[in-house]
This record gives sequence, C-alpha cells and structure tokens, in this order.
Amino acid sequence: MNQLSTVNHFNPVQPLVLGIESSCDETGVGIVRGTALLTNTVSSSMDEHVRFGGVIPEIASRAHLDAFVPTLQEALHEAGVTLDEIDAIAVTSGPGLAGALMVGVCAAKALSVATGKPLYAINHLVAHVGVGLLDGKESGAARSGKGGLGSGGRLPENLGALLVSGGHTEILRIRSITDDVEMLGSTIDDAAGEAYDKVARLLGLGYPGGPAIDKLAKQGNAKAIRFPRGLTQPKYMGTAEEPGPHRYDWSFSGLKTAVARCVEQFEARGEDVPVADIAAAFQEAVVDVITSKAVLACKENGITDLLLGGGVAANSRLRELTGQRCSSAEITLHVPPLALCTDNGAMVAALGSQLIMAGIGPSGVSFAPDSSLPVTTVSV
Amino acid sequence: MLILAIDTSAVASAALISDDAMEGVVESFATEDTRSHAEVLAPGIEKLLADAGVSGADIDLIVTGVGPGPFTGLRSGIATARTLAFAWNKPLFGLMSLDAIALEVAESTEAQAEFLVATDARRKEVYWARYTLNDGQLPQLVDGPHVGFASELPDLPVFGAGGGIYADVVNANEEFSNTQPDAASLGQFAMALLSAGEKLPDSTPLYLRESDAQVPGPRKRAL
Ligand SMILES: [Zn+2]
Repeated sequence: MNQLSTVNHFNPVQPLVLGIESSCDETGVGIVRGTALLTNTVSSSMDEHVRFGGVIPEIASRAHLDAFVPTLQEALHEAGVTLDEIDAIAVTSGPGLAGALMVGVCAAKALSVATGKPLYAINHLVAHVGVGLLDGKESGAARSGKGGLGSGGRLPENLGALLVSGGHTEILRIRSITDDVEMLGSTIDDAAGEAYDKVARLLGLGYPGGPAIDKLAKQGNAKAIRFPRGLTQPKYMGTAEEPGPHRYDWSFSGLKTAVARCVEQFEARGEDVPVADIAAAFQEAVVDVITSKAVLACKENGITDLLLGGGVAANSRLRELTGQRCSSAEITLHVPPLALCTDNGAMVAALGSQLIMAGIGPSGVSFAPDSSLPVTTVSV
Repeated sequence: MLILAIDTSAVASAALISDDAMEGVVESFATEDTRSHAEVLAPGIEKLLADAGVSGADIDLIVTGVGPGPFTGLRSGIATARTLAFAWNKPLFGLMSLDAIALEVAESTEAQAEFLVATDARRKEVYWARYTLNDGQLPQLVDGPHVGFASELPDLPVFGAGGGIYADVVNANEEFSNTQPDAASLGQFAMALLSAGEKLPDSTPLYLRESDAQVPGPRKRAL
C-alpha cells in the first residue's frame, strides 16, 4: 500500500537496513548501510536464566516482548536515522526457539505494515556468516586474517563457516551467501555451549558455563584426564572416499556423561574433585573434536577461508586451536569482533542488505517463523 | 475517534472502531484457529487498513488485549500493538481480554446480573473472571482474572469457550459456548470506557502463570 512511495527513494546499492534478532536470549536490533555497520544494539535476558543454569524459553520470550521497543528506539537513536529513512527490514525467522522467534517476527511484521517498508525473513545461521561481510573499519578489524571478510562486499570463493554457540554447532559451506549455503556437519545432540553450561553446573561453576570453564581450565592440566571425542570412531568417520554417517558431525552428550561419571568416581573414593583439571580436560575434548572435524571438512571440501562465529568464539582455547590447525592446513581464519559473533541484529541487517544488493525480493508479511529452518533457506 | 483494537488471547483478531460509525465497528477480522497468529495477524491488519482506506496517521490510539491467554499467541498481539504504536507514535492501552466477551454478554438477550466469563487455558484449566451487570451499565469486573480447573469455578452461568469445553462440569451458556475474545468487542469496550471518561491501563500482559522453569536443586553427591 505504501510500498510504492518507498520505491522512490529505495537504495539498492547501499540500502539502509534494520535487522531484528530474537531467536534465543538476546533481543537485537542492528542497522547497516550497505556493508557499513551503523549500530548494533543488544538487550540480553541472560541474567534471568542464571538461577536455572540454562536458557528458559518462556523467560526469554517474555523478556523479548518487553525489550523490543526500547532496543529499537535505542538503535535508531544511536544510528541517527528515522524509521522513515530505512529502506528495508530484516528479521530472523529461524532456526531458534519458537516462542522467542515469534516475538521478533511479529514486531518486524508490524514495523513493515506500519512503515510500508519491505520485510526480509532470513536464516539465523547464515546471518552469522553475513556479519563477516561488514566493513572492517566500522565493525572493528577482525582478529586475524585481513580484516573484514568481504573486501568490497565480496566473499572469498571457497568459504566455510564454523558456528559454535549455546544454540548451535555447525560447519557450513557458503558458495553464495544469498542463495547457496550447505550444511556439512552439525551436532546431533547438545550444542557445544550447552555442554559447557551442563558441565559447569556439574562442577558448581555457575552460568554461563563457557567463560567460567575457560578461566578455570587455565589453572588445570588438560592431560590429567582423557575424555571421549564423540563420533570419532571409524564407523562414524568412514574415509574421505567413503564417508561414514557422521564424518563432520559432533555429539557432546556422551562427553557430559563421562564428566559426570568422573566426578562421581572421585567422590566415591572420598577424594577431592580436581575441578580445574576436569575443566581443562573437558574443554580440550570439546575444542579438539570441534576443530579437528571442522578442518577435516574444510580440507575435503576445498574450503580455503573459514569464518568462526557464535558466542563460543569468545573461548580462548577454541580460538587458539582453530588458529593453529587452520594455519597448518593453510586455511585463512576470520574471526569477527566478539560483539558480532554472539547473536545480534547487525548480522541480520547485514544479510538483509546482501539479499537486497543481490536483487532478491522481500518475504512479505504472511510467512511463519520456523524453529528448524534449514540452512539451505537463506531467505523465506 | 478511531481506535485500532487487537486481541490474540485465543484467536487472532483486529478491528477498527470509530465513534462515528454505525455500531462503532468500521472493519474487523477474526481467525477461527488459535495457533496461526504470527502468520495471519499482520496481513489481517494490513487488509483492515486498506479496506477502510485509513493509514496509521488516521488512528488515534491502539488497544490490545493483554490476556489472559496462551503465552505465545498472546505475545504476538501485544508485540504487534506495541510496535505499531511506536512506529505511528500513537498512545497504546491494554484491556483484559475476557472483557470482550463480557460486553457481548451484556449486549445480548442472555444477559445475567452476575456471571462468569471463561476461555481455554489448556492443561485442563480455564482462564476466568466474574462480572456483575446493572441496567444500562458496562459489565463490572468483580473477581479475577484467574486460572484454574473448570470444576472449581463459582456456581454461576459461564459464558465463553472455556464454559463450552467443560459443559459437563459447569453451567455453560449454550449461545456463548464457542465465543472467544474478539478485538471488535474489546475496541468497543475501550471506546465506551473512554467516553465515560475512564483511564485505560497499559499493555502489560496478564500471564497468570509463571514459566514452567524449575530452579535445579543441588546435585546429589555420589557418597
Ligand atoms: Zn546464533
């Protein structure tokens, strides 16, 4: 209805895009112009989940409802733009927690109806990769490699992405960020971040588990105990020529059980539990299996550039070992600044901007959020 | 005055209410099912505005049902209303969703001096509230809203789908056995309250139940 009037000043070369993220416990609103980041505003309900030791979907959803408008208001203020100036809106429509996604999707649709601006429903996982396309200067230089992934907004030709967070653990191959993304491997049970949370609870280290274990692990001996690496037996791995059923997949539930058993054994013997050693050995098991499988997937799929994303990218050991193994395999590693690795609205806006620049049409306002949206669906 | 009313406490519905229009309702829509709010609400509102030939600028205020109702559906309406109000820079108010049914009861030939309104709360429970009615007045909320088992309701006639589902244990009014809270009635209620000079509450949701989350107890030691 108002769509026509916006076409007049619509800018497909450097579109001004507002991105909305609500798939887990972060309410994010980001604004980009083309590949330039203008603002990345995030409100987290993490504190409300601490006493439960993990994200409680209903609590996250309630927090999204109350945080959305204030977060939007702050983002517009920080970017110094008005709703009227925005060219398009992008929103995470999946994968994620159903009730949490619903809040962001309904808000985004309302914004589209109210302003007449086109709405793009996009894939959360691909958005984690899209953030790498933001200019290095505005988004802060990447920690390694040559700054932002996309020099001139173009991705490296043989790009992979390793996403590790409380909600996901995946290795992707990206041939085109707007329409050709493939899942090479993923966790078949817990996400890596979830395993950290559960083990931290087991060790009495509090929530979120990642930073607590990372810190304590530095004082421990990772070789004191050897914990299992899930899905690494030959029957799961197969060979490069004849890959097994889970060659690039991960599993962390067995590891969690092994840690629990280990703690129980110390207790049963009446010995002090060597918490720091267990934390270090657990972390080593997680990081070792993640990086070895990710690098294997890269080598066997001709991937020469790897982007590391998700909240667990903050983990010091994961960064270190991924860096080492990538450099021995001659893979260029790209790590966006941490604020862009964790869930945020800027990554949603960044992907929305790519879709517009590629000439892909909007999603309209009739789509349904999809908590298990496949990675092959970049936009709905 | 032109009001945009939204309610998603059971079905998804929206309406434009004007004090100029006959019967007050300019346009309205309501779905039948209670699980597709996120898909249908925004297109429904878009069509509502187009059919009435009005834009955001023409609307004076927005009213949303604040429940009680199943959480995810309820939030879709409140998130929509809050965002529209922000984008259009319009005042936003919230009304208890069961009021919508209470108004319909008051305006029907089934009206009673004292009655209950109930909707489905799932898990074998209902959301309910007690109203009284004096001639020519708006229904008066005297107790509730609450959530509880249908079998434990006060012994009064029950209006609304919550009565219909449990007609075997409550005194359900047949005419209203499928009635769900509807934005058109909610908007009319808001208009009536405003005309009477009353202030409307804000859009804080009435969840009535805590999240199901349990704080984990201490881990049992092996010895
Ligand atoms: Zn994520």
